[in-house]
Amino acid sequence: MNVLSDNWDLIRDGFFTTLELTVLCGLVALVGGTLLAACRVSPVPPLRWFGTAYVNVVRNTPLTLIMLVVGLGFPKLDIHFSFITFAVIAVGGYTAAFICEAVRSGINTVPIGQAEAARSLGMSFTQVLTLVVLPQALRAVVPPIGSLLIAMVRNSAIASAFNVHDLFGTSAEMVENGENVLLIFLWIAIGYLLITLTMSALFAALEKKLAVAR
Amino acid sequence: MTQKATVLFDAPGPRARTRNAIVGAIGVAVLAGVFAWVVYRFDQTGQFDAKKWDPFQYSGIQQLIFDGLKSTLKAFALAVVFSLILGALLAAGRLSDHRPVRWAATAFVTFFRAMPLLILIYFLYVAPAKLSGWPSWLHWMNDPLWPLVIGLTLYNGTVQAETMRAGIQALPRGQSEAAYALGMRKSQVMMTILVPQGIRAMLPTIISQMVVTLKDTSLGFIITYPELLYTARQIGAVQDYGLPIIPAAIVIGAIYILLCIALSVFAVWLEKFLGKSRQGRPAKIETLPGETLAAAGAVSGDR
Repeated sequence: MNVLSDNWDLIRDGFFTTLELTVLCGLVALVGGTLLAACRVSPVPPLRWFGTAYVNVVRNTPLTLIMLVVGLGFPKLDIHFSFITFAVIAVGGYTAAFICEAVRSGINTVPIGQAEAARSLGMSFTQVLTLVVLPQALRAVVPPIGSLLIAMVRNSAIASAFNVHDLFGTSAEMVENGENVLLIFLWIAIGYLLITLTMSALFAALEKKLAVAR
Repeated sequence: MTQKATVLFDAPGPRARTRNAIVGAIGVAVLAGVFAWVVYRFDQTGQFDAKKWDPFQYSGIQQLIFDGLKSTLKAFALAVVFSLILGALLAAGRLSDHRPVRWAATAFVTFFRAMPLLILIYFLYVAPAKLSGWPSWLHWMNDPLWPLVIGLTLYNGTVQAETMRAGIQALPRGQSEAAYALGMRKSQVMMTILVPQGIRAMLPTIISQMVVTLKDTSLGFIITYPELLYTARQIGAVQDYGLPIIPAAIVIGAIYILLCIALSVFAVWLEKFLGKSRQGRPAKIETLPGETLAAAGAVSGDR
């Protein structure tokens, strides 16, 4: 119990940094992933090629290497941001590639008849997409995106290896201070579980809310 | 460039083709601009200096990278073997008829799936040194290879367990019912009927998870295990070569991408092969749209 009360400030700050990372990376990943998916299914070949190349390269590169390139490589290119921004670029950009694939396979679950019916009503590309296809795809896409975002929270721990003081960074600091290792990890694990279990509850609720009888 | 209609757009007519060409040209221009900016940045900061790239021609550095590759593959191979064994055990536990066994397996899977792998590995790494009462017969854990392998095993084992369980549970009920009707015992039904079919159905997913395992071996650099990424960082920190962190990352990144794509291609080929083979094809799994997607998500790996 002492480990928690003695290091309360440290753990609390770490927890909120992880929470901040979660929200920012989640936003970057969702927006970026959706844009990438739009590129990959667009009728414009160069955009499709770009989407495909991005997804294939990023999905097959370890996040740690991306973090290394962003965190240590960008400063070498004279691009300077705070460590948190670097972490958001790396983790968000990495997760975006996975979100893109989830969204794309979600679009593929929409029966082609839906789009054909919409087009025969005279809807434009934008209208078909925003009024007919994407709302239906969204429903199919919620569960996989939920598990991707939860994986993202776990992945965000890698950011601490590059000077971000999140929950994991906190644990490393406490280990240096000679606290009981087992208890430290117990509390850190509870911190992560708090975030991930809340998120899975939220996504389960969202899934229920969006569910329709088909 | 003629295109077929998809769920999203019709086969383009003349006006749409013009518009697509214009958007395409703008897209190419923007991408080329970004690329040119990156090249300019590289040039400005001297990333193209021969000094930074020469080291990769030295046999010593090449040997270092090769050793890193060997370490990565060693950790990967060990983790894959152990995680498949653990996955099979946990899947069996989760499908058990005995409630305590089922609960224990479920608790284990839930906990290790929620834990960040990095924390697990770091804990296993510091535990022997920092934890009083660490049994002395576990001294082999001091080698950073083992914390990495055990961490990877615990996490990927739970993911593989879930995949195997899903594969077995998705089989048509008739398969196990027919087997029970023939008078088989539960273990017989499992071993001779369900497992062979379930494994075959899920093999592509299992291999995709191996790609994740391969990528995750790079976490070893945090605990100073000398794998590829650690090597990249080492080379990138050499003052004499002008701190070639970016060239090193490009070289090592290319190796990772090739390894992972080779595994992914193998998974896709295997899926096609299993779909085509006439003998011993797994029973057709019927899923709802949502479930197919969940499986698709699983195919693309857990992260």
